[in-house]
Amino acid sequence: MTVQLEYNRIVEALPQNLASSVIAIEDHGLIIQPERLTDIAAFLKVEPGMELDYLCSITGVDCINYFEIDYLLYSIKLNHRCTLKVRLADKSEPAVPSLAGLWLGAELQEREIFDLLGINFSGHPDMKRIFLWEGFPGHPLRKDYGHGC
Amino acid sequence: MAVKTEPLFLNLGPVHPSTHGVFRMRALVDGEVITDIEPVFGYLHRGIEKLAESKSYRQFLPLTDRLDYVSSMNNNMAYVMAVEKLAGIEVPQRAEYIRVIMAELQRIIAHLLAIGSFFNDMGTFFTPFFYMFIQKEKITDLFEMVCGQRLLYNYMRFGGVSHDLPPEFIPALTRFLDEMPAEIKKYERLLAENEIVLARSKNVGVLTREMAVNASAAGPVLRASGVDWDIRKVDPYSIYDRFDFDVPTGANGDCYDRYRVRVEELTQSLNIIRQAVNGLPKGKVLNPVPLRFRPPAGEVYSHIEGNKGELGFHVISDGSDKPYRIHVRAPSFINLTALKNMLIGWKLADAIIIFGSIDICLGEVDR
Amino acid sequence: MEIGSGINSMDLDLHEGHVIEDLKNSAASALPEPSRWLDEEIERNIITTTVDKLLNWGRKTSLWTETSFTACCTFEFISTSSSRFDIARFGMEVLRSSPRHADLMITAGTLTWKMAPQIKRVYEQMAEPKWVIAMGACGISGGIFADSYAVVPGYNRILPVDVYIPGCPPRPEALLAGIELLRKKIEKRSIAKGN
Repeated sequence: MTVQLEYNRIVEALPQNLASSVIAIEDHGLIIQPERLTDIAAFLKVEPGMELDYLCSITGVDCINYFEIDYLLYSIKLNHRCTLKVRLADKSEPAVPSLAGLWLGAELQEREIFDLLGINFSGHPDMKRIFLWEGFPGHPLRKDYGHGC
Repeated sequence: MAVKTEPLFLNLGPVHPSTHGVFRMRALVDGEVITDIEPVFGYLHRGIEKLAESKSYRQFLPLTDRLDYVSSMNNNMAYVMAVEKLAGIEVPQRAEYIRVIMAELQRIIAHLLAIGSFFNDMGTFFTPFFYMFIQKEKITDLFEMVCGQRLLYNYMRFGGVSHDLPPEFIPALTRFLDEMPAEIKKYERLLAENEIVLARSKNVGVLTREMAVNASAAGPVLRASGVDWDIRKVDPYSIYDRFDFDVPTGANGDCYDRYRVRVEELTQSLNIIRQAVNGLPKGKVLNPVPLRFRPPAGEVYSHIEGNKGELGFHVISDGSDKPYRIHVRAPSFINLTALKNMLIGWKLADAIIIFGSIDICLGEVDR
Repeated sequence: MEIGSGINSMDLDLHEGHVIEDLKNSAASALPEPSRWLDEEIERNIITTTVDKLLNWGRKTSLWTETSFTACCTFEFISTSSSRFDIARFGMEVLRSSPRHADLMITAGTLTWKMAPQIKRVYEQMAEPKWVIAMGACGISGGIFADSYAVVPGYNRILPVDVYIPGCPPRPEALLAGIELLRKKIEKRSIAKGN
């Protein structure tokens, strides 16, 4: 059974400078400051006892007041998982550091979110639209996009 | 003396017989050797995740069929399990067993097609494919018995499955289970030790263990690289913890290993189905749920071992009768992350085989 | 001389004598001039027909399909072309990857706007005369995805469609029925009317 890592345990394990960038602990994930995302992910990837070495899935959500990005991480060796969340209050030019340097698996998924939600991943090697064509108006998964063609 | 050649830009797809649908690759080749490659996506992007937001939970169910259209049963199962987890819906035991039987039969279909088209790419034009299609049609008949459809079944429901098994189903399934091992032996005799197959797939397109984990590969691609990671084992869902089966893994992560893992999974799936048929309890198959129901606000991530890897549904509810957001963790799509690393340095003809060995379905890649 | 099995060379001589006698007896009179019996053969083996009928017969019995399949319906098309439903009965088992060799496009699957220029280009590369079968709900109207921002609501927005086959996906029997309809349509063509 893949165990859900207890978030309190993660916060305790984080070094002081990273632990301060944890905003809140919620049922479904650890909410952290977007600026420190790469540092925290890099720490969790190698820290003994965590070893979250597998980036399973990235979901981008438009929550009206802010954008939320969920990162689901697994440890193949220890068979546990945890979810990191960042919230971007700036809806006009949302940006978050890219995890593509840590996990190759982030590359296509981040491009997908850039295409459908319009969130920029700084440091991504090839940030451009993936599913829709250049010149497509807007980002369809935003809630203000509306439905229909 | 090295021959000096000029780099040539080559476009493969989206209308190309070897790209398994409408996939496109822009390749830069030096003679026959690929020096750079850029996959191009989106030729089948239908906006399924956006359509989900304007449909009720139940209305979205037929759309999941059309994600990976050769594994509709698995897609159904992953989605209904996510919504059941969100809304706390109980599933009758008989329905759980039927779901497992259907999901494993679907895995057999998908792996047969994957193996068949892999050999198509290798040049055995349609001969193995048609052998495998004979068995595929038999499973299609079984599915048709239970739900009336041949391809996009829409069979599962929140709280069970839509219909109970008809009386002629189990005898027909038993016949299929009895004859399938001999068929697998036939494929093996035809292909497994074939010299051309070995020469063209052994040590070709190697994906190392580290790279596979780093690139979030899943399913047979991950297991062929030596990672023992099957959601049915590591995070058992439904009733998979009651069955005894092995997880085949490869050692080298080459095209041949990916093909071997799929062949061995055929036998394991047959094993699981046999155990499920023997243990099939009596009783009802559906705890009915209203057509328009409102799960509580919240979010859930639920995953299954689809035939191409971890198939996950991230469902977010705001308490209304429509999902706020549905995100599909599409294994075909994420498995393509490592494609570039796997292709560079290989000859163009090998690239087609390597690409075929990943086994993607464009409906799931582009969604 | 003994040859074996109780036969000696005298028997061979006798046999040869019989052959000679038989031929001599059957050659009592001269053979007729060849043209007289050749005429009869020609009358038995030549059919007169119209150019239209001949052309249409050729066209409808060897429809070659372009393999530009996009999505789910592809698998029902492959089922149709494999041994169980055996599309070869209609002279259609030849699938062409090059549009220049094909005269039929079966639009198996959803068409997105991103794919539309490619499909239109493939269609334009096909040699005349050419036909299009819109297979499945997506091919007809966009089907279940008609509301989407990325989907073309029907192939007839970009190509002239000859036959529509409903279903999601259509069963192989339905596809064969559609092909039968197209064959009937081809029978009505006439070069005198310029089509």
